Amino acid sequence: MLKDLPLFPAQASTVAAEVDNLFFFLLGLTVFFSLLIALLLVVFAVRYRRRSEDERPAPIEGDLRLELGWTVIPFLITMVIFVWSAVVYARLTRAPDDALPVFVVGKQWMWHVQHLEGAREINEVHVPVGRAVRLTMTSEDVIHSFYVPDFRIKQDVLPGRYTTVWFEATRPGRYHLFCAEYCGTQHSGMIGWVIAMEPAEYEAWLAGGRGQSLVSAGEELFNQLGCVTCHSGESGSRGPNLAGVFGKTVQLASGEQVLADEGYLRESIVNPRARVVAGFEPVMPVFKGTVSEEQLMQLIAYIKALEVAAAPAAAEPQPAGSIR
Amino acid sequence: MNEQTPRIHYLNVNYGVRSWLLTKDHKRIGLLYLAVISLMFVIGGVFALLVRLELLTPGPDLVTADNYNKLFTMHGIVMVFFFLIPSIPAVLGNFLLPIMIGARDLAFPRLNLLSWYVFMLGAAFTIYAMLTGGVDTGWTFYTPFSTTASNTNVIATALGIFINGFSSILTGLNFIVTVHKMRAPGMTWFRLPLFVWAHYATSLIMVLGTPVLAITIVLVALDRAFHFGFFDPAYGGDPVLFQHLFWFYSHPAVYIMILPAMGVISELIGCFSRKRIYGYTFIAGSSIAIALLGFLVWGHHMFISSQSIYASLIFSFLSFAVAIPSAVKVFNWTATLYKGSVSFRAPMLYALGFIGLFTIGGLTGLFLASIGVDVHVTDTYFVVAHFHYIMVGGAIMAYLGGLHYWWPKISGKLYPEAWARVAAVILFVGFNLTFFPQFVLGYIGMPRRYHVYPEEFQVLNVMSTAGASILGMGYLLPLLYLVWSLRYGSPATANPWGAFGLEWQTSSPPPPDNFDHAPRVEHEAYAYERLSLEEVKVGS
Repeated sequence: MLKDLPLFPAQASTVAAEVDNLFFFLLGLTVFFSLLIALLLVVFAVRYRRRSEDERPAPIEGDLRLELGWTVIPFLITMVIFVWSAVVYARLTRAPDDALPVFVVGKQWMWHVQHLEGAREINEVHVPVGRAVRLTMTSEDVIHSFYVPDFRIKQDVLPGRYTTVWFEATRPGRYHLFCAEYCGTQHSGMIGWVIAMEPAEYEAWLAGGRGQSLVSAGEELFNQLGCVTCHSGESGSRGPNLAGVFGKTVQLASGEQVLADEGYLRESIVNPRARVVAGFEPVMPVFKGTVSEEQLMQLIAYIKALEVAAAPAAAEPQPAGSIR
Repeated sequence: MNEQTPRIHYLNVNYGVRSWLLTKDHKRIGLLYLAVISLMFVIGGVFALLVRLELLTPGPDLVTADNYNKLFTMHGIVMVFFFLIPSIPAVLGNFLLPIMIGARDLAFPRLNLLSWYVFMLGAAFTIYAMLTGGVDTGWTFYTPFSTTASNTNVIATALGIFINGFSSILTGLNFIVTVHKMRAPGMTWFRLPLFVWAHYATSLIMVLGTPVLAITIVLVALDRAFHFGFFDPAYGGDPVLFQHLFWFYSHPAVYIMILPAMGVISELIGCFSRKRIYGYTFIAGSSIAIALLGFLVWGHHMFISSQSIYASLIFSFLSFAVAIPSAVKVFNWTATLYKGSVSFRAPMLYALGFIGLFTIGGLTGLFLASIGVDVHVTDTYFVVAHFHYIMVGGAIMAYLGGLHYWWPKISGKLYPEAWARVAAVILFVGFNLTFFPQFVLGYIGMPRRYHVYPEEFQVLNVMSTAGASILGMGYLLPLLYLVWSLRYGSPATANPWGAFGLEWQTSSPPPPDNFDHAPRVEHEAYAYERLSLEEVKVGS
């Protein structure tokens, strides 16, 4: 029976040990203070138990120094935890620049995963060990949450917007992927696996994957939906040139500026009139409902790839690492 | 010392259904609340029992996925809105607050009765919603699931909670005015029992927080029925906005549940160590500090929601800050025992149990305030365990402790002491067996609200369910022997504990107007050293 009693999750990512160190510190603190309080309660209660019914102990006035002491010292302890946890959190949120991009769409009740090279999977995410992976995620319906306990990472997946999470697996293996935000009937069935593989194995797995790369699928859509007519990149076009726009700051017609990240690109496709680029008319049709979340991710992958291409027509699928 | 049971008291002054349903006596209204929330507790408890039974095995066997989702949702809704939030304030607070400050009633007796009827109406809506299919959104009603995806009775249930909120607001308003305007001569602010301070702080939260919940519920209903799109991204809305609004009320709501519990514990610790509470001013002040700071920490429920990381850091900092006043209270209670005269009567066992469980609940809150750790444990059983330590281990232990302590005053009868001690011990043991395994379950990664789960989580779930069966028996005991004592219990004297406080200077049960002679207060609270020998010996 005891061998079936799991007490601790595997440490399978680079951040797991850092989270656990803070956890153990907190655990130590909890055990220390719980025992201290319990011990004092028991000792006082027994030592000063009522021995006769006519006892009327003398009152004890508070001692300001003592009370300030047990106000200030716990506060200082919590500030140490606060700073420590903020440092861990910074590690959890900031993905390394060369992270491998993977695209995830959650929907009731499954995970759709697209890799840049074209491999697609459901409820499984294959990743290489020793390489940071950054997931760009959205939902087609309600809020889900991407949770891999053995990696100590979790991020809500929202409809209508992108969220990201990153991890670097350290050990090959199969790790539970759970939906952690209640999402309806089969919430507890919205589970899968993150499969961490040795890099060579991973390359072999990728090569076995069928289908178009994300960039070329995006290019096809770009032409098919007619995006190319206005966003050809030639001067005098009705839409802005998209080559190299990703990651740049864009001047808006409203006078504001916005960073052209995945979220802005997504919004500019589904709801283009929300934030129009300066110098252009709000004439682009709304693509909400026309393009699925997975297609949006393909389009964005294509637009991002335009950065390194001379012109849209010349865009070629790029090896994963060079596309940023 | 008035040893006789008076001929006329609030229970026998008149009889019949009308005399109860139209009463303006705060004591009777407290009992009306006691009856209905006890019923709600049983209903919520049955839901919990079914949830625990389903989780005995990894597979789906007892109920369908949809029914499981409804069970945990309705368990949460009933327990939070219809049991925990009204429990101590509406029953013990209603009964005791006017007596403790030497008043004849609350400031607005009719409003007090109205609040009970509003509560009943809200409960009726919610029970109607349950009987006609239930609701499956979780007690948190997260959008856009609740507004677009759920096919259950969201609006009827939400309306029940909306209506119920007004009963909270009315009670809070009544308490605030009563404490300001109805104190007996000599009852200065710093002579108030800490129970009153705690209820004053709680009332502030009820009055300031509940309207936000009401507004939020209206927005959800508009979104769901008419597609206004406040929270629906398909209409340009923001689902996360809902979480901000919801937790702006629902985090302070945790303090609505725990502050009155802390007030009860202060009374019990004072009485059963026969000493003035150590650091009275710090405890009174910490209640107000908790009420105010409690409004500024809601974002700690949303560290993984896509909230800005800078907002998360500030909420994390403030969440650590709000832990301090609670820690101060625990230290002060412990220090009160020092050189006291400690008696191990049943209410004291509940109080000591409370301190232990609340300490663990509070300290595990630090894990959740630490963003780096919260990312891993939020939305898992770790959170479930944590808030049950606060709400069940804390609030319900205090409620039961208080109910035992004031039972002689309320009913005029003594409860059976031996049974009560046995129940307190069973509850403490059963509680820990139920919820401690859930901390481990959460850290190894079991998400909450899971109908089926991977096999490696089973052993801990079996342990938890086994503990729950002990806990359930623990709850049955007081229900049985307290009812038994109404008929067969020995009559209670005015002050069976040798306790200090105005409620012990009037007869048990109190006369309809609480006091035969208008009281005048000459001492600070808990001046146990001033009790006469006859008064303290009564308790033997």
